[in-house]
Amino acid sequence: MARRTVITGMGWVTPLGHDIESVWRRMLNGDSGVEKTTVFDASEYPTTFCAQVRDFDPRAFLGSRWQSHAGASRNTQFALAAAELAWRDAGLADIAAVDPTRVGIYLGGGEGPIDFDNFAEAAIKGCRDDAGQLTALDTTRWARCAMQVLDPMRELEQDPNLAASHLAVRFNAQGPNLNTLTACAASTQAIGEAMHMIRHGDADLVITGGTHSMIHPLGVTGFNRLTVLSTRNDSVQTASRPFDRHRDGFVLGEGAGIVILEDLEHAGNRGAAICGEVAGYGSTADAFRITDIHEQGRGAIAAMQTAMESAGVGIADVDYISAHGTGTVDNDKIETLAIRTLFGERAAKIPISSIKSMVGHLIAAAGVVELISCVLAIRDGVVPPTINCHTPDPHCDLDYVANEGRKIPVGVALSNSFGFGGQNDTLVVKRFDG
Amino acid sequence: MASDRRVVVTGLGLATPIGIGAEAFWDALLGMECGIRRVEAFDPGGLAAQIAGELPKFSIGDYIPKTYRKNNKVMSRDTRIAVICAHQAAKDAALNTACLVERGEAQGPPNVNPARFGANIGAGLVCADLPELAGALNTAVDEQTGRFSHHKWGREGMANLTPLWLLKFLPNMLACHVTIVHDAQAPSNTITCGETSSHLAIGEAFRTIARGAADVCICGGAESKLNPMAMARPLLLNRLNTGANGHPESACRPFGRDSAGTVASEGGGLVILEDLEHARARGARIYCEMAGFGAGSNTTSWSKPDPSGAAISLALTNALADAGVNAEQIKLIVPFGTGVRAYDVSESAGWRRAFGDHLGKVHAVVTKGLIGTNGAGSGAIDFATAVLALYHNTVPPSANTDGLLADCTLPFATNEAVDANAEYALTLAYALSGSQIAALVIRKYGE
Repeated sequence: MARRTVITGMGWVTPLGHDIESVWRRMLNGDSGVEKTTVFDASEYPTTFCAQVRDFDPRAFLGSRWQSHAGASRNTQFALAAAELAWRDAGLADIAAVDPTRVGIYLGGGEGPIDFDNFAEAAIKGCRDDAGQLTALDTTRWARCAMQVLDPMRELEQDPNLAASHLAVRFNAQGPNLNTLTACAASTQAIGEAMHMIRHGDADLVITGGTHSMIHPLGVTGFNRLTVLSTRNDSVQTASRPFDRHRDGFVLGEGAGIVILEDLEHAGNRGAAICGEVAGYGSTADAFRITDIHEQGRGAIAAMQTAMESAGVGIADVDYISAHGTGTVDNDKIETLAIRTLFGERAAKIPISSIKSMVGHLIAAAGVVELISCVLAIRDGVVPPTINCHTPDPHCDLDYVANEGRKIPVGVALSNSFGFGGQNDTLVVKRFDG
Repeated sequence: MASDRRVVVTGLGLATPIGIGAEAFWDALLGMECGIRRVEAFDPGGLAAQIAGELPKFSIGDYIPKTYRKNNKVMSRDTRIAVICAHQAAKDAALNTACLVERGEAQGPPNVNPARFGANIGAGLVCADLPELAGALNTAVDEQTGRFSHHKWGREGMANLTPLWLLKFLPNMLACHVTIVHDAQAPSNTITCGETSSHLAIGEAFRTIARGAADVCICGGAESKLNPMAMARPLLLNRLNTGANGHPESACRPFGRDSAGTVASEGGGLVILEDLEHARARGARIYCEMAGFGAGSNTTSWSKPDPSGAAISLALTNALADAGVNAEQIKLIVPFGTGVRAYDVSESAGWRRAFGDHLGKVHAVVTKGLIGTNGAGSGAIDFATAVLALYHNTVPPSANTDGLLADCTLPFATNEAVDANAEYALTLAYALSGSQIAALVIRKYGE
């Protein structure tokens, strides 16, 4: 019998706020976290808005410990704060309670935002004297300037494994430490692999989840060039509209979510309160095209199916699906098709929502924030709405819990995450029934 | 765990500065051919370190189906290296994947089910193509201030980047291209933990097959530091030897008492791990068996090694325990040894803690003296070195290991190969930026 894995603590930093209960209330209320971008001047970019984390001060979470993490990137700051909340929520503030060699970390952490101003300065000075032109770089000139203006630690802190490394130091987690970066599926993948790490006995407790901020000039540029972002600049709070016929792309968000995943027996021995059980995980590759999702949703179907099999739940058992639901034309259409194909007639009876309609798309951190919302839905018997879902799309004909949350008992929930390039990951979370 | 399936290594695909393909690499390693020389990929004149381990010239068309060539423009150099490794690995394993079938290189019917074929590929922080990006940024300079203008960039500058620009640099693109080209649809992951990435990816793939979630996995890692930004970053951190531009062959000195930094490099390795029964059923050549995987984390710092080597020792011990062996049963080790002194000191202490006096009785091999450090792909090359050494019963010599750190007792063969006579081999990797550490144990294959 495989070891069972339960969630004993949760924390998040999101565009709707930074503590579990108040953000959850705002989600149930259908609030939007989308506003004009202020992290940098995006006023002339094709997309001028995003779902930013606001009023965030890492000192409020880390206290005097902040000093030693002061060079951390925005990503890592989010992760440290969310982990601090989860650690306390799990009753682990007394660190003597766990064996540090049995504590692992598995994050889906993004790269830290690029040091853009200095990078751009070196890039421009490295180009020959014809400013304003598309010109050849002189790497000798570039190098001279870059070595002057780039800061060693700011560069180091951009590596995608740095958030997980900061957490290891903060929580004295001496066990296995991994970071995955499978684009938009990363934190879902991290939690699924963390589940296996515990099942196999590589750790008893894993600090897992993800963190990401791509709200920086090159992040927004990259997504704008791909034409995957909404450009509804005149009505930003209605821009994220998953499954609505007039959807025109996703809204970039940022933040972090951390859960403490624990071997059931370990949690029981220390008398921890249990929020929910991570019971199944499926991971697949579309192996189709870099730029498109498989037309029939082959990989998505297989990911959901594998996750359900590994959790031992059937079609009739699933009460709720937290969709990947980005608000791009293709994702929502194909995710709908995949759910329809897998669940058949039952598909229309399952409430499905995309909280990206409210918090935007947190990229690597999207999955964990959605998983936490599933745990809360199970706890409270209420599912969050998909806001801005007004005009039916013939390709999206399921029940998306449009615009208003709904009271409904949830015992088993699926959380989907699909990444660029065809990475599909699904988690099954269950009410903990002893 | 008793119920786990046995996992074996059936294919090695390597792309290194001293050769593409496992055989070319092995021959060059035995012949102590050095792959480090002055950078040719770009003009390194402005950088203090002007040497690197660059791959031999290659044409990507030799490694992908003809129909896939149009995707070359969205592949970063890191991705191309991974694609080369994948082709070499599948071929070496006689695995009839979609790529080899389409290229006419596979004999016989498909022998791997795409739905049971997974991938786990370590990747670095893939650097943007600097000339392309810098040129575009330069179009957004404000004439008045002479500085970058977000307004100008948003209105017109960014249009100078191709629409698919971002897709080229996502770390998971290595795995995405490889899984598309070879049609691998089972669990797929991308580990981004610096130099530890390959070991973690191989370890995780080992677990994935052992628990039955896939029958075959292509795993390892790849990275290229051969671009100005990727060389500037370790230079800023004083990790590259800047005093050896005139004598590249002796520039990288792992565990050397006179070491002055490592040498940037590019390359990688992807290996085929396979369920033993699956490998037997198709009559595959078996290099060795996966015996153990252990990982750990430095908890003293995310930017500096722990001089005590305690965390490294714990990862080694975890791997040994997972394999069900003790240090005395290990006769062959492949340390990571980059030539960056503080890390070499920490690693050397870690091996001593885990192995005690037995350390003097093992054979050790370190590869960096010939090929430098490439990041996410370095560990896979080391892993393949361990596999080949065990399989051929031969310990290759380790270049530039004369004159070790005072307390370093790692026994390297400095000039010529010696017999291995080993049942088990152990290999280690750790991140230079960040805390991750991982170790793998392999065992000679026997019924």
